[in-house]
Amino acid sequence: MRFPFSEADLRRYSRQMILPEVGGAGQERLRRSRVVVVGAGGLGSPAALYLAAAGVGTLGVVDSDRVDLSNLQRQILHGTKALDLPKVTSAQGRLEELNPEVRVIPHALRLDAASAREVLAGYDVVVEGSDNLATKLVVNDACVALGRPLVAAGILRWDGQLLVVRPGESACYRCVYPREAPEGAVPTCEAAGIVGPVAGVVGSLQAVEALKLCLGLVTAAGQLLLYDGATPELRAITVRPNPACPACGILPPRSE
Amino acid sequence: MPVLVRIPTPLRRHTGGTADVYAKGKDVGELIDDLDRQFPGLRDRLVDETGELRRFINIYLNQEDVRFLQGKESLVKDGDEVSIVPAIAGGR
Repeated sequence: MRFPFSEADLRRYSRQMILPEVGGAGQERLRRSRVVVVGAGGLGSPAALYLAAAGVGTLGVVDSDRVDLSNLQRQILHGTKALDLPKVTSAQGRLEELNPEVRVIPHALRLDAASAREVLAGYDVVVEGSDNLATKLVVNDACVALGRPLVAAGILRWDGQLLVVRPGESACYRCVYPREAPEGAVPTCEAAGIVGPVAGVVGSLQAVEALKLCLGLVTAAGQLLLYDGATPELRAITVRPNPACPACGILPPRSE
Repeated sequence: MPVLVRIPTPLRRHTGGTADVYAKGKDVGELIDDLDRQFPGLRDRLVDETGELRRFINIYLNQEDVRFLQGKESLVKDGDEVSIVPAIAGGR
């Protein structure tokens, strides 16, 4: 294939291009990849920073909020100078500063079923880091319908969870958590707290999985990863598709 | 027959901070009863008023979600491992 990298590119990406799993072909795959990060917060910050740094060519950022002082303890995309700015504006500035080669596309909205399909259809890989179960399920359902791989995650206090969804091949987020929760049943970071670097660990795990999806490498699909920063421990539980899943249950069962 | 039960962080205040506990019983329902005898209050966190497993807390018997087995009637045996995994939906 053509080797379309400048001297600066070769230097910028040298530490990952040296890997047999990346190389020139992989770096070109990353440059052609379109990844969207839903939520420019605790999870989305490290995820977006690492994806931009790695040279993902197009990076969408979805968030409807503005930067608040209480965000800065963990949302490392945003700095004190960005207070009160829309998060997508702050994120775009920081990501373009980090890597001007990346095309950053801001989406200043909160996703619902219709807008999720519309926005996510423009991307190859979806990284989900919103702060509520309803949005996680909306994004999951859109990814399943569109056939887009999804890297879903959640964090709270000292804990994090991560699930890679390959629609049609592995359990989806709704297979694991089928229904929306009543108000207060599943606490948010705002209500219950979050250790900043726990968001960093789990958002970084999301970036690892998203890069592997872009590169066509084996991912954690079918495993629910559980990170416990208090113990500390990282382990995986195998999760199977739910044949009765309202999102993906019509798909044929996975062969053993 | 003791079964290892992995308690998630949010429920460890019931177990005095312990992550790994042991419980006895022939099925998941009896394990929950035994857990509640050892750690009063834990049952209410796992089961609703009607006796059903709560929707936002998954219970895995070894690697299987018990909803896809026989729920509370899923049989357990010595050496099995049960993981309690609540939905964690924060992100910001």
